[in-house]
Amino acid sequence: MNLALRDIRYHLGSFAFTTVGIGLLLMIVMGMGGIYRGLVDDATVLIDRIDADLWVVQRDTRGPFAEVSRLPAALEERLRAVPGVVASRRFVSHTIQREHAGRSLRMTVQGLAWPEDRGTWLPLIAGRTLDTAHFGLIADRSLGLDLGESLQLGRDRYTVVGITAGMISQAGDGMAFFTSNDAQAIQNDGDGESQRLERAARSARVGAADIGRIQPGLIERAGGSSGNVPVLAPPPVSAVLVWVAPGADPAQVARTIAGWGDASVYTSTEQRDLLLAGPVDKSRRQIGLFRGLLIAISAIIMALVIYTMTLDKVHDIALVKLMGARNRVIVGLILQQALLLGALGYAIAWLLGQRIFLLFPRRVLITGPDLLMLAGIVVGISVLASGLGIWKAMRVRAGEVLS
Amino acid sequence: MSQPIVEARNLRKVYGHDNTEMVALKGASFSVAGGEVVALLGPSGAGKSTLLSILGLVTAPTSGSVVISGTPVVDGARELGDMRAIRRQHIGFVFQKANLIPFLTAVENVQVAMEINDLPSREARRRSLELLDYLGVADRANHRPVELSGGQQQRIAIARALANKPGLILADEPTAALDGERGRQVMELFARVAHEQGAAVIVVTHDHRALDVFDRHLEMEDGELMGA
Repeated sequence: MNLALRDIRYHLGSFAFTTVGIGLLLMIVMGMGGIYRGLVDDATVLIDRIDADLWVVQRDTRGPFAEVSRLPAALEERLRAVPGVVASRRFVSHTIQREHAGRSLRMTVQGLAWPEDRGTWLPLIAGRTLDTAHFGLIADRSLGLDLGESLQLGRDRYTVVGITAGMISQAGDGMAFFTSNDAQAIQNDGDGESQRLERAARSARVGAADIGRIQPGLIERAGGSSGNVPVLAPPPVSAVLVWVAPGADPAQVARTIAGWGDASVYTSTEQRDLLLAGPVDKSRRQIGLFRGLLIAISAIIMALVIYTMTLDKVHDIALVKLMGARNRVIVGLILQQALLLGALGYAIAWLLGQRIFLLFPRRVLITGPDLLMLAGIVVGISVLASGLGIWKAMRVRAGEVLS
Repeated sequence: MSQPIVEARNLRKVYGHDNTEMVALKGASFSVAGGEVVALLGPSGAGKSTLLSILGLVTAPTSGSVVISGTPVVDGARELGDMRAIRRQHIGFVFQKANLIPFLTAVENVQVAMEINDLPSREARRRSLELLDYLGVADRANHRPVELSGGQQQRIAIARALANKPGLILADEPTAALDGERGRQVMELFARVAHEQGAAVIVVTHDHRALDVFDRHLEMEDGELMGA
């Protein structure tokens, strides 16, 4: 006869209520783990998806995920000349927040080095890759944009040609992929007045210099589009990605690039580690500590619940002791109830989480290993929590039933 | 008369120390044989419950010994065996209140005592139902204690006390919560159990209306046993 189950059946209402409470608490523990995992996954998804061998960034910076990194776009060409390099591509990334369709739309703009990179590596769930040099974009579904929808960014209008899933930046914003030229145009877009003022200022600077007075045609050129001014460099890029030829030694290629005075180089793993140790680290630790606290609180609450349930049964425990019950009968009663409370609470946490986590603004990623680990923690908590009840039960005297 | 099931040898119990010392039992000696039903009488505070809890191996005597079925089990404060195992196998208890486990049905309350003594569940259930039938409450087998009358609850408690066929049944004022008629029925039940099953039954009681059902009366007063 299972005394634990019979006691629960008798007190079904209060047990169910307590279990739901424990379940909600465990759901928060589970959710915090999921938020942590989602944070890490979101932060590293781009690095993992791009899968470059090397990330070349501005000298002495930690790369575009950690801080501002600006490199001359021409570095892409220079890197192709390094022995062992099979491909190099610009990496342009910045975040914008605009009004669209009456709502605030915040997105991380990623530039693809079109035409070599059309986004074939992206996890498309609808539409296609970037087939044209301009005015197309692939948007993550978290941005809420539909296929074929167009949006005004700066002076140009862009049309959604593809939808991805799970492409979220470390800040939690959905990513939108443009050709790198479009991405830079969006980044450097200015209104007409400021461009006219900039051109007038350039003309004035050239006119004030000797060369301007000697060659008046330069003044006219300086007052035109910046693309027509040979001395003005094209807009900088955030990083340049490098793929090493099969058989070539990435470390040797990295050493060569590191010898240049204007760039630092990291492997993908190093860039990933820098990202996790940098911007993500504090959030990660904060969530980790909070999760630890929640686990401790869950353990205390479960211990109090089990202790209270034991107190309710002190008379019955004294009675079975008087009848000669061995300690294992009493320990089994309390331990089984604690484990059942933990197991049902865990199941409720999982079932509720499946629905509620979808409503969270940031991704809550519940992985199999995390679920297993939490299950182990719940078993541990249940055993620990039952310890308090067992301690109390062992101190109950059989004689109490006579008094 | 058969061999004694229980023997009390010069049992003495003292509570407290020095100035607060209170002697609850002053050298009680007696024995009860199998098939014998004995009434333990006396005013409140006479030491009846103390004597019963010492015989039930719940309280240790200050001195003296308890022998059950010819085996010494307690000698002063020294336990001469596994007290729980001895209680499980040799002693059945009935209390003033039935003290049934509220979350178990009537039959389960009896069954649990048998399972504690390692009887397989199916066999325990069969025998529990037989016992309930023997005590006339088989029709209440699947009811919880709250659904039973006081008399029915006390019969279930007696069935539980008989579950492991104990040699010794100790009852502490088992009819105190029952009216006269039901109280007498319970006392007659104890006599029947003692005579039919060969158990030694000791009943602490204030109820003088049913004393005729007992084979022997033991009087206690101020910690002393008289008429043993």
